[in-house]
Amino acid sequence: MKDTRTEARPIITLEAVEKYYGDYHALRGISAEIRQGEFFSLLGPSGCGKTTLLRTIAGFEDLSAGRLFIDGQDMAGVPANRRPTNMVFQSYAIFPHLSVAENVGFGLRRSGLSRAERAAKVEQALAMVGLAGFGGRAAHALSGGQRQRVALARALILEPKVLLLDEPLSALDKKMRDQMQVELRRLQRQVGITFILVTHDQEEALIMSDRIAVMFEGQIAQLDTPQMLYRRPVTRQVGEFIGVMNFLPARATVTDETHIEVDVSGLGRAVIGPDQLPGGWHPGQTQSVGIRPETMSILFPGETTDRRVATGTVEDLAYYGDMTYYEVRLDGGDRPMTISMKNLVGRPVLERGTEARVAWDARSLVLFA
Amino acid sequence: MSDGNRGPGFGRSEAAQGYLLVATPLAYALLLLAAPLGAILLFSFWSQDYLTIDTALTLKNYREALSDPLYRQLLLRSLLISAAVTTATVLAAFPIAYYVSFHVAPERKAMWIFLITIPFWTSYLIRVFLWKVILGYNGVFNTTLLGLGIIDEPLTFILYNANAVVITLAHAYAPFAILPIFVALEKIDRSLHEASQDLGEGYLSTFWRVTLPLAMPGVVAAVLIVFIPTIGDYVTPVLVGGPDGRMIANMIQTQFLRLNNAPMGAALAVLTMAMVTVVALVFVFLNRRYLRGRQ
Ligand SMILES: Nc1ncnc2c1ncn2[C@@H]1O[C@H](COP(=O)(O)OP(=O)(O)O)[C@@H](O)[C@H]1O
Ligand SMILES: [Mg+2]
Repeated sequence: MKDTRTEARPIITLEAVEKYYGDYHALRGISAEIRQGEFFSLLGPSGCGKTTLLRTIAGFEDLSAGRLFIDGQDMAGVPANRRPTNMVFQSYAIFPHLSVAENVGFGLRRSGLSRAERAAKVEQALAMVGLAGFGGRAAHALSGGQRQRVALARALILEPKVLLLDEPLSALDKKMRDQMQVELRRLQRQVGITFILVTHDQEEALIMSDRIAVMFEGQIAQLDTPQMLYRRPVTRQVGEFIGVMNFLPARATVTDETHIEVDVSGLGRAVIGPDQLPGGWHPGQTQSVGIRPETMSILFPGETTDRRVATGTVEDLAYYGDMTYYEVRLDGGDRPMTISMKNLVGRPVLERGTEARVAWDARSLVLFA
Repeated sequence: MSDGNRGPGFGRSEAAQGYLLVATPLAYALLLLAAPLGAILLFSFWSQDYLTIDTALTLKNYREALSDPLYRQLLLRSLLISAAVTTATVLAAFPIAYYVSFHVAPERKAMWIFLITIPFWTSYLIRVFLWKVILGYNGVFNTTLLGLGIIDEPLTFILYNANAVVITLAHAYAPFAILPIFVALEKIDRSLHEASQDLGEGYLSTFWRVTLPLAMPGVVAAVLIVFIPTIGDYVTPVLVGGPDGRMIANMIQTQFLRLNNAPMGAALAVLTMAMVTVVALVFVFLNRRYLRGRQ
């Protein structure tokens, strides 16, 4: 899936944004552009500053330094109630003293619409999130999933330029969460509003987003499409955080700048392209090479390939039904690495201790600093 | 243990134990609440002529209480004074509770609440006397205003009248009003305020649309806690009320102890209770409405 929105204009521009809580440096020089109409995610471990960044955009936190533009307008000094953003809070923040319809229509007071027009709009917003006919319910009589839909309808009814969602799915059970991921994505395409989702769940971010900013300790480590993040992480930390990645010690020897040769422990020598060395190369030093489990495969007796082949031993395995995850120690390698295989018809599941030939490609390697 | 042990005897002793447990509070309730109430109610339908009590049931006391302008005026004044006290107390308590709940750092809230209760370390009587010192003809208040040249002669409308009663009582009941409002404010999820702002409301409209409705149960509790005891107060009017600040409780006391007309005193007491009940019911009903949709 190629990103077709490359040309879209930025709806949010962050320029060297800093945030201090007292002495604590929560955001450290965040610069990014979020494009009109995209589904954007802030992904990172708990405490890395995702919520802080989202609240900064919403106007609940002041910037310590740097600038924030929404749709070209500098947001310095603009309070939350006058920003063209709306938020779905992590706790949903449903007003307990109001009915569902009153909650959804809360922000329409200043809209200048008549009572009847507002009621129609509320009903329309409720229908959009699958809660048609729930308007009269008391807020406390709702389930977690329904509360979340009310929070969504309440924010979307105001047609914000940007919808901010702070871990909206984390309070839901697994099944509900899977369903809401699909629904949120569908809803975003339908309304065309820019969504910024905060999540610590990498799978959720990959499934839902057009682009993802991966954050660690108040900084954006990488901002990219899900595919690029997965295939070409720029640091070992990003590669580790998203999916599973094996790391092998490697040394780079450079013949010329477009032709970098790495010697990977256990795999052997390979030539990699310039897009495969985000951390640069440091001849003479030991660097690490990352490789995803599914980019390698174990050859079965008699199977031939024109890919590169290394040899090793199956040390352990985990059978998942559709997949088997092998821990294979390559000859000459110091640690076992994970290789995942689809359990295709006629392909046996190997036993522990089996000698295995591992096929791999130089294109799947990423050389980190 | 076999089933043989769980015969009827066991059950009976269990029931007996239950009765025994209930007996103490029941006796307490009967002796200290129901009995005096019943006695007052009964007395109010009797009549007394000097020292002899006529136990024939009559509505004479009630007729008199409701027709004699003196009693009517006292009942009305008590109602107005306690309404004024309640209004003043709750209006003053709300900003204090709001401040402590929203603008005091969490770790200092307990200390603030503690400070608020400090006036209770001295007896009520001493506090009333202190108000006399403050509000008197040559009191702190007048001396200060005279010294500042704001007034030419001491104000007299602040002591020995209804105003003094309202001021003294409002001060005395302030903590009782602050605490329930504080608790109600503390229970409000802070993200609701942010949600309101996020949806376009400013501070003031957020207060009206979110904070106040959610604090209403605390406000209603404060109203009841202040209103119910103040309407029957008789110490404060005696000490700072003067002739114009006398309330119905003073009259009830007079009927019982000086005029030897216990039945009349009882009838006035019953009427006062009826008034309190009506007001309390109105507020309980209001609270229900506000609590609708929240459990
Ligand atoms: N109001 C605050 N005062 C002080 N520190 C805060 C405040 N809010 C967040 N922090 C700190 O900032 C860091 C980032 O928090 P947050 O943005 O909530 O992280 P995330 O949402 O990524 O889990 C955390 O270490 C947190 O303790
Ligand atoms: Mg967070």
